[in-house]
Amino acid sequence: MSEPKPLGRDDVAHVARLARLSLSEAELEMFTDQLARVVDHAGDIAALDVESVPPTAHPLPVRNVLRPDEPRPGLDRDEVLAAAPDSEAGRFKVPRIVGEAP
Amino acid sequence: MRPPAGIDGGAGDGGAGGAGGNRGAGDSATGDAVARGSGATDWETVVGLEVHCELKTQTKLFCCCKNAFGDEPNTNVCPVCLGLPGSLPVLNAFAVELAMRIGAALHCEVRPSSFHRKNYFYPDMPKDYQISQYDEPINVGGWLDLPDGSRVRIVRAHLEEDTGKTTHQGESGRIHAADYALVDYNRAGVPLVEIVSEPDIRSSAQARRYVTELRAVLVATGASDGRMEEGSLRVDANVSVRRAGTTAYGTRCEIKNLNSLRSLGRAIDYETARQIALLEATGVVDQETRHWDESGGRTIPLRSKEEAFDYRYFPEPDLVPLVPEAEWQARAAGSVGLLPSARRQRLVGLIGGAPSAHQVDQVDVVVAQGLDDLVVAAVAQGAPAELALVRAANELAADLDAALALDPGSFAQLLTMEAQGALTATQSKAVLAELIAAGGGDPAGIAAEKGFEALSQSSLAAVVREVVGANPEEWARFLAGEDKLAGFFTGQVMRATGGKADGKAIAAELRRLRR
Repeated sequence: MSEPKPLGRDDVAHVARLARLSLSEAELEMFTDQLARVVDHAGDIAALDVESVPPTAHPLPVRNVLRPDEPRPGLDRDEVLAAAPDSEAGRFKVPRIVGEAP
Repeated sequence: MRPPAGIDGGAGDGGAGGAGGNRGAGDSATGDAVARGSGATDWETVVGLEVHCELKTQTKLFCCCKNAFGDEPNTNVCPVCLGLPGSLPVLNAFAVELAMRIGAALHCEVRPSSFHRKNYFYPDMPKDYQISQYDEPINVGGWLDLPDGSRVRIVRAHLEEDTGKTTHQGESGRIHAADYALVDYNRAGVPLVEIVSEPDIRSSAQARRYVTELRAVLVATGASDGRMEEGSLRVDANVSVRRAGTTAYGTRCEIKNLNSLRSLGRAIDYETARQIALLEATGVVDQETRHWDESGGRTIPLRSKEEAFDYRYFPEPDLVPLVPEAEWQARAAGSVGLLPSARRQRLVGLIGGAPSAHQVDQVDVVVAQGLDDLVVAAVAQGAPAELALVRAANELAADLDAALALDPGSFAQLLTMEAQGALTATQSKAVLAELIAAGGGDPAGIAAEKGFEALSQSSLAAVVREVVGANPEEWARFLAGEDKLAGFFTGQVMRATGGKADGKAIAAELRRLRR
């Protein structure tokens, strides 16, 4: 298995931007150090022989949790909209959107 | 959504300078021809489609809210689809069943699957992520055979949830000039199956045929109502071009906002011409996502590859793996109804003999609209097949929602009356409109109410003789061979009978008198 690239400052800045977090230079420094150690720890698994272990999609030994397709009443609209910062014509009112839906 | 307007099929007009050789290809009979650039070299269009199909379930994918189109905004919402803290998704078993039916109809393999979170910031999903299947989709591999004999391979057909609906508010109504947006979450969490094709499609015409056939398959499996105009079927197209005869794929662009077959065809033609012009001028096409501007008839860039979204997919911790047992898979596959190809054959079989070109079109329409069961049932109850087919392809298809609920018995009875000459075609259509509106009824009763007693043969003959006697000059010309005067006499007889006479019966009577 090839050595993964160590986590760097640019990676943290990228992830922060994706999460809409604005970090100061000092914070960037601090989180790069902390996150690098977390990722390193996960890297310990590379030292183990996992050849015979199938990939795990979920830690619980449970599959197929399903419900029947039967409607049930949801929440009252007035109540829901009252909890929102703003609303108009039965809809949530949100700031101007730049660009389109992904 | 905007209704189609203007002339169908103009490709690349004005937009892509110089490479308009395949103009109109999407709608012409020769739409499969290799696109021709401005130079001597031929180009080939390569298209792969992503079709998003809303599933016809009672409830959403992960909560018990109603899955309904057109309800008052935000009346089908709950803590789960609003992404309120502490709420947990639970998978809808029937959505899984429908996904497996789609997989079976497309010859896919059902695999153990799992769900991921696709993270992005946009107010159409209150959770700030969409739950989708990523590296382990439920259906893998497969194909769809088109009526033209071509085969389009399917990469995957996976489950995911739909997003809410945003409306941009502002003076111009345009996204970039909007002051704010309003969001309705009724659609957030509605189950979707996304069907991804291999890049096996070679023209806009073939793309349209693929979506038409896929739509019919989805309707036949009971998975979808197939209503593109309501957004229950939405298409993204990956388009690239390459030199004819080469095998490597060119750089592709993804075209979004294709809300109709017409948009799909026009967008592919436009994009083909644009890319050929670019390649001939600069040799390079940038990989990017583009938006189809229906009124402008062009694609415009949304974002380039560099600013492509990084969705940070990760496994959805609140959902466990989905591993449908073999017995359930078999049950789902077994409940896939007759597929469109078999349905078309069944209708053709009812007509008996080789169908005319018109009848082939009628069969296509009737199957695509899901009206064929009704036609088959009506014919089983004595309706003449050809007449049932014509009425279904025209009158029933024109009022589809109501027509789908029509009682086949009433339909059969009406068509039998018409075939026996008890009603004229015009009268029959008027009665049919009432039957459709009411979902059925007694055609004889409705006809009587409307005063549609057919003229007896003898009274029709009397009226025709009367009209002939009153117009001796025209009659002499008709006898001398001026056939177009048949229309004049028909009109006179219609007027005299208040429209109760049958055009065919009048023609027969006129022929008889002329002999």
